[in-house]
Amino acid sequence: MAYQLSPENQERVQQISKRYPHARSGILPALHIVMAESGWVSKDACDHVAELLSVPKIYVYEALTFYTYFPQKPVGKYHVQVCHGISCNLRGSEDTIRYLKEKHGLKEGEVTEDGLFCLDRVECLGACGNAPMMQVNDDYFEDLTEEKIDELFDGWRKAAGNGHK
Amino acid sequence: MALEKHVFGGIDIPGNTDIKVYEEHGGYKNWKNVLQNKMQPEEVIEVVKASGLRGRGGAGFPTGLKWSFVPKGTDKPKFLLCNADESEPGTFKDREILEKDPHQLIEGMAIAAYAFGAQTAYVYLRGEFVKGWKMVEAAIAQAREAGYLGENIFGSGFNLEMYTHRGAGAYICGEETALIESLEGKRGMPRIKPPFPAVEGFYRNPTVVNNVETLAAVPKIIENGAEWYRQWGTEKSPGTKLWSVCGHVERPGVYEVPLGYPMKKFFEEDLGGCWKGRKLKAVIPGGSSVFTMTPDEFLACDMDYESIVEHGSMLGSGGMIIMDETTCMVEMAQVIATFYHHESCGQCTPCREGTGWVHKMITDIEAGQPQPGVKDLLFDVMDEMFGTTICPLSDSIVMPIKSMMEKFPEEFDYYIREGKSMITGKTRMAHKRIDDKPNVYRRGEPFNYPKAENFTTSFDTVAHETPEHEMPDLRYFRKVNG
Repeated sequence: MAYQLSPENQERVQQISKRYPHARSGILPALHIVMAESGWVSKDACDHVAELLSVPKIYVYEALTFYTYFPQKPVGKYHVQVCHGISCNLRGSEDTIRYLKEKHGLKEGEVTEDGLFCLDRVECLGACGNAPMMQVNDDYFEDLTEEKIDELFDGWRKAAGNGHK
Repeated sequence: MALEKHVFGGIDIPGNTDIKVYEEHGGYKNWKNVLQNKMQPEEVIEVVKASGLRGRGGAGFPTGLKWSFVPKGTDKPKFLLCNADESEPGTFKDREILEKDPHQLIEGMAIAAYAFGAQTAYVYLRGEFVKGWKMVEAAIAQAREAGYLGENIFGSGFNLEMYTHRGAGAYICGEETALIESLEGKRGMPRIKPPFPAVEGFYRNPTVVNNVETLAAVPKIIENGAEWYRQWGTEKSPGTKLWSVCGHVERPGVYEVPLGYPMKKFFEEDLGGCWKGRKLKAVIPGGSSVFTMTPDEFLACDMDYESIVEHGSMLGSGGMIIMDETTCMVEMAQVIATFYHHESCGQCTPCREGTGWVHKMITDIEAGQPQPGVKDLLFDVMDEMFGTTICPLSDSIVMPIKSMMEKFPEEFDYYIREGKSMITGKTRMAHKRIDDKPNVYRRGEPFNYPKAENFTTSFDTVAHETPEHEMPDLRYFRKVNG
């Protein structure tokens, strides 16, 4: 079935696009709304956005594929994005990534079997003063240590009713 | 902390994201003053010009001058864009303002919009700053409710609408024309200048793009006058600047420092030197896009635009990356190359191809499998990349990496010769060459570019025909301020 935003969100997309001289400016806000609703952006969703904004579909595909913030395939419930920029690297982001893989079984670019987590390396997230850091969904987690990571992951596993294996 | 915040003190006031707290500390007083005492837009521009405030995003262009470039007496709507796309590695100063003191930014934006007659303002935030975005959204809503934004503000007849707009993970959108393209819903590819945004920017209308820190400094300058702001800093770099310090340093964080402050004092007293009592090895002082400095150069300079240039680097965005003696410079070069290769928008050939080549070649070195003559070729490619593109992203990979190779040649030579790092003793990249096939790059023959007079049409004479579906509807925006 073709992708559709909820009626309220469709209305929001329409409203937001009126803030700009041309509806094309509404593409990024619309993609953000799609992502907030479904976690990732499919081609169907792009078609839907194009229709809502009355712009050619190619405009939306173009934006989706240029801007790396929008995942183009489903992500885990917790999308773990670890910064591997220069400042985080200096303070041990590679160790963080290794720890996430070894201790918590995350794989780069893949969703774990339970559907909870997926790991991505990302470029500088602008929190260099509190490196190493990661972004999980909308939130930043900074000054990461192994204990802090364990605590966070235990919490998430519990919240998902999954327990620690 | 020995350093006092003069302009951005609001960051340290708890609860300052709430309009009531902000007003208690004198917030929006200046905006009200400007409108109610009928300060003329020209006067506002004059004060900002006299203060010597310079763009804090990296380029350091005088702010008042930028505003004065906006044409007067045009019937086109004007736009103010706040550049909150802070993505320069090592830079995290704007985030502080967005999350802790958004009202000062909004007040600054209102005054700026008034100064050159913008009717609509957008805050373009990087997509990852979800918290900052929520803070600014909430602050705009509060300001509107309190009557600081909207129509006919304080009965002055001046209208201003303000919105947020989220980017989506593209570093290049911090470049002002790329930001405009992105705000138009397109891929963030920088435009050729001229025309400058002040004349033809957002949907071809006069537009000013200013950094968060620049705009947030405006209310205090209007309140206390240009002389007050000039009490800090040097003749050419007046005022104070937010510096974000990260890496191997004892006390990382955001500091407001008067320009011209001695670097040695700042590093040793305020930052507490390198962490773990180690020795300093290198510093990139202005976000990862500028030349790497050796400790001697670094400690000898003062913290202003001119002095840092004299000592071989640039102030840039003020994002200082400190590296201690355990840092492998080849590894740093590889990390930097990865970043720029990832972030090149792909528009200009020297950058699109060059960042890829540089990244590949350094990764090969890090995998212990460099091709013969890799060092010369790296320099060769980087020379071709410098100054040959529309925007400075291409230069931005060249400056740090080339200076690393020049200032720490023995480390690169060792890695190329021995296949492992001189510092860590390890080969960092475990995998084979990226392509899994031999990398051989050919040195190109010099290319004879066709001369401009041989083109049948010059770019100036090409008519810009905008298709129907791309025509912006400016009726509303024109109406706003008559």
